[in-house]
Amino acid sequence: MTEHRNVLILGSGPAGLTAAVYTARAQLEPLVLEGEPSSTSDQPGGQLMLTTEVENFPGFPTGVTGPELMASMKEQALRFGAELVTAKATSVDFSARPFKIFVGAGEPAYTADAVIVATGARSLMLGLEGEDRLLGYGVSTCATCDGFFFRGQEIAVVGGGDSALEEAMFLTRFASTVHLIVRRDQLRASKIMQDRALANEKITVHWNTQVGAIHGEEKLSSLTLRDTVTGEERPLAATGLFVAIGHVPNTSIFEGQLDLHENGYIAMGEGSRTSVEGIFACGDVQDHVYRQAITSAGSGCMAAIDAERFLESTGH
Amino acid sequence: MEPSSAFSMHPSSERHTMSEHVMQLSDSTFDEQIGSASGPVVVDFWAEWCGPCKQIAPILDEIALENPGLTVAKLNIDDNFEVTRRYGVMSIPSLIVFKDGVEVDRIVGAKPKGALVESLSKYL
Repeated sequence: MTEHRNVLILGSGPAGLTAAVYTARAQLEPLVLEGEPSSTSDQPGGQLMLTTEVENFPGFPTGVTGPELMASMKEQALRFGAELVTAKATSVDFSARPFKIFVGAGEPAYTADAVIVATGARSLMLGLEGEDRLLGYGVSTCATCDGFFFRGQEIAVVGGGDSALEEAMFLTRFASTVHLIVRRDQLRASKIMQDRALANEKITVHWNTQVGAIHGEEKLSSLTLRDTVTGEERPLAATGLFVAIGHVPNTSIFEGQLDLHENGYIAMGEGSRTSVEGIFACGDVQDHVYRQAITSAGSGCMAAIDAERFLESTGH
Repeated sequence: MEPSSAFSMHPSSERHTMSEHVMQLSDSTFDEQIGSASGPVVVDFWAEWCGPCKQIAPILDEIALENPGLTVAKLNIDDNFEVTRRYGVMSIPSLIVFKDGVEVDRIVGAKPKGALVESLSKYL
């Protein structure tokens, strides 16, 4: 059975849930496909579900954890009548209205007059041999889930941005030493995060360094580090590996349906408009520049207002 | 500082559900409860501060309800680190399947219901 909705929202991070709050308050009875459980950031609630403290979301002067913030946003969307379904769109047909959204094979699960795309971005992995095999056995996508198991051990965090530094600092609660592996001779992270990380005695920064290889049979036993300037290799006896080297947008199901940039992000028109009239996008799926919870939420609001006006203009 | 107190992620929001269809395990009761089970048992190694664990908790409740032949059990790793260490758990959620008290399978990481049911299908 295909169900028809005024507005379908794909994704339940800050962008998707803000769009849900706004469209629900506008009596559009939105349905949110919130995603499916995973130990990566590609899960209901999105990247913030793997974040510990969020200190820069306005309105929370003493900070809030990522999962708490997302639980509050979800509660707020539900309060106004948004409906959330734990599922992921597997393909879409945006070639004609109403738009078709498929969940698995067969006929479309949903049709919708307007669609708000808020599928976000997911973390990149290193792509090294053994990385998949040792996932959950020393290699982790979730510091908040797995940090506990590395008490008193030496571990490595790869990356030089805010996410990497936040993860590194969180992991110093457990690890004896956190080796921060940074490809360049400087960090990308914000000044405040840099100051904190560099002042942390448990964090050792390896500048101009990449992970060359991952070793271990049943669990991670060590890494080979490579100097990005000299090419020299050296071993590091790390039993944990956490990767925070950047993100890719979750746009594979929109290939051939929406205009995408070469890097995979959705190409945007005015406001939250995409290349297809009636399809709007918000959050990290269309933003590789700011990528903040607050900018995502703001763009979710824009998409909701744009969708509402579009529906009004087409006589809904 | 103990991680459980240092890192309580959901002080006020929803608690882990305690379904009546799910068996609660502890370090002191584990061997007896797992050893005396008649069919396969899947043990969910979890913690209060683990977001992905919370996501699969209701799915495991459903699987327990829908499959009376499979015993679904939970072990809180914060309170029961002896068993957790014995099985070398390094990532949660970890689901370990036991038959006659012996580990026969392991699923690491949160997954959608369809994927979990498929992985567990040979024990259902």
